[in-house]
Amino acid sequence: MKAFRILGRNVRDSFKSVFRNFSLSLASISCITITLIVVAVTIILSFNVNNFTTIIEKDVTIVAFLDVDITQEEIDEVYDDLIVLDNVDKDNIEFKDKMDTTKDYMKSSTIFKSIMSDWTRDENPLQDTYQIKVTDTNLIHKTAEEIEKIDHVDVVKYGEGMVEKLVSAFEVIRKITLIIVIALIIVTAFLIANTIKITIMSRKREIEIMRLVGASNINIKLPFIFEGLILGVFGSIIPMIITIYGYSALYAKFKGQVISPLIKLIEPTPFVYLISLLLIAIGMLVGMFGSSRAVKKYLKI
Amino acid sequence: MDLIRISNVKKTYKTGTTAIYDLDLNIKKGEFVFIIGATGCGKSTLIKMLYREEKPTSGKILVGGLDVGKIKDRKVYKLRRKIGVVFQNYQLLPNSTAYENVAFALEVLGLPKSEIHSKVMKVLDLVGLKNKAKQYPNHLSGGEQQRVAIARAIVNGPKILICDEPTGNLDPKTSLEIMDVLQAINELGTTIIMVTHDIDIVKKLNKRVVLLDSGRIVKDYKEGEYSSESI
Repeated sequence: MKAFRILGRNVRDSFKSVFRNFSLSLASISCITITLIVVAVTIILSFNVNNFTTIIEKDVTIVAFLDVDITQEEIDEVYDDLIVLDNVDKDNIEFKDKMDTTKDYMKSSTIFKSIMSDWTRDENPLQDTYQIKVTDTNLIHKTAEEIEKIDHVDVVKYGEGMVEKLVSAFEVIRKITLIIVIALIIVTAFLIANTIKITIMSRKREIEIMRLVGASNINIKLPFIFEGLILGVFGSIIPMIITIYGYSALYAKFKGQVISPLIKLIEPTPFVYLISLLLIAIGMLVGMFGSSRAVKKYLKI
Repeated sequence: MDLIRISNVKKTYKTGTTAIYDLDLNIKKGEFVFIIGATGCGKSTLIKMLYREEKPTSGKILVGGLDVGKIKDRKVYKLRRKIGVVFQNYQLLPNSTAYENVAFALEVLGLPKSEIHSKVMKVLDLVGLKNKAKQYPNHLSGGEQQRVAIARAIVNGPKILICDEPTGNLDPKTSLEIMDVLQAINELGTTIIMVTHDIDIVKKLNKRVVLLDSGRIVKDYKEGEYSSESI
């Protein structure tokens, strides 16, 4: 009961003091707001880059061309050899009959259509293929070589060189954005901690009096920590609004894709809400961390 | 029974200056003790050690059975709850009313509102400020602000009240009024230790007087001795 009364008083006092020291509170809130907007933009960018690189990577396919005169039995044997390979995505091995490939070509152009329309299975010079997806694109070169060694596999194609470059470029981009996000959050934490420090320095006397009348350290700290939390929540309101409405508007304007249909944006729902939750969590944690660090200084003798 | 027992205490600051040398002093429950001496004689250091604003370098200080030198920083509040402290500059919260300033000392202890109200009103009545409870410090005179500070210091019924030049900023008449309040509190059983430069007050009250010089006790006058001996 006593603890609840003290807690209640702390929460009430925290709210009071946010408004009593309004100008300094406003400084802290603006600081949190601005840095969180930058954090939000960076997070959204990094998630999107991550998203489309993953999509593109998933699209990378190894095509194994089989011998022209292959029998159905041999086709099944190739399949058995494929599924035992480590990096092969077992659920994503697709057999494509040469007659189907012919049909696809005929659909794509009238010239092909006129040439290919009277091909029979035996006359067809094209090859049956396996379309294979891999679990790790980094190892695609090795996997392609292994597939090539399988009996009755004639040639293997997967956009050699291009794919490797793309994958390593994506890897670098992902690492860079991750580093930027982490660095920004740390910088934000210290920036906010320092702003709150100034707020608290102006209340050194209050802390001294609290100590004097016999308030325990935790009792002195709590209202300030709550205050930091409140500042964090207030500070994250505008970044959250910008995230929710701004990103949704952007998504609608670009119709969900940038430059080419290959680069897809993440759908706003539930993405923006998750980002908003993340922002408010960062704001609260950083606010609390900042205040508790700042008060600590005054609790020693 | 001695409420405060100071034995062989020495205090040297980090800067190397020694403020107190091998000091022994015992104070009984219910006593009213003046600590006097020239500026820089160690008066403030001595009382700061009593409420653990400073730690003794060596020696032992017992306050109500607590070994002050051994209390950990985060446990200091336990000592502070047994001691009320009043300063020359009042140390009030400017944005809180007289009532709120006094109530603050009880709120940090987590007392229920009704109990806080009755205790605060009682103590404001004792210092004669019942009708100014809703005033802010800057609307009160110096003497009134000091009364608020005294009320705050005694509201949770401490055994000891430490006063660091409580009349230092006040005119003679107001000073005497403050002394009346302190005497009344003393008569209710609270031990009072008061540092002062105001010799007139010391003479008038006829209490025990401890004279410090260069960190040592030069003389310990018993009740009534000081005024008859000095000129």
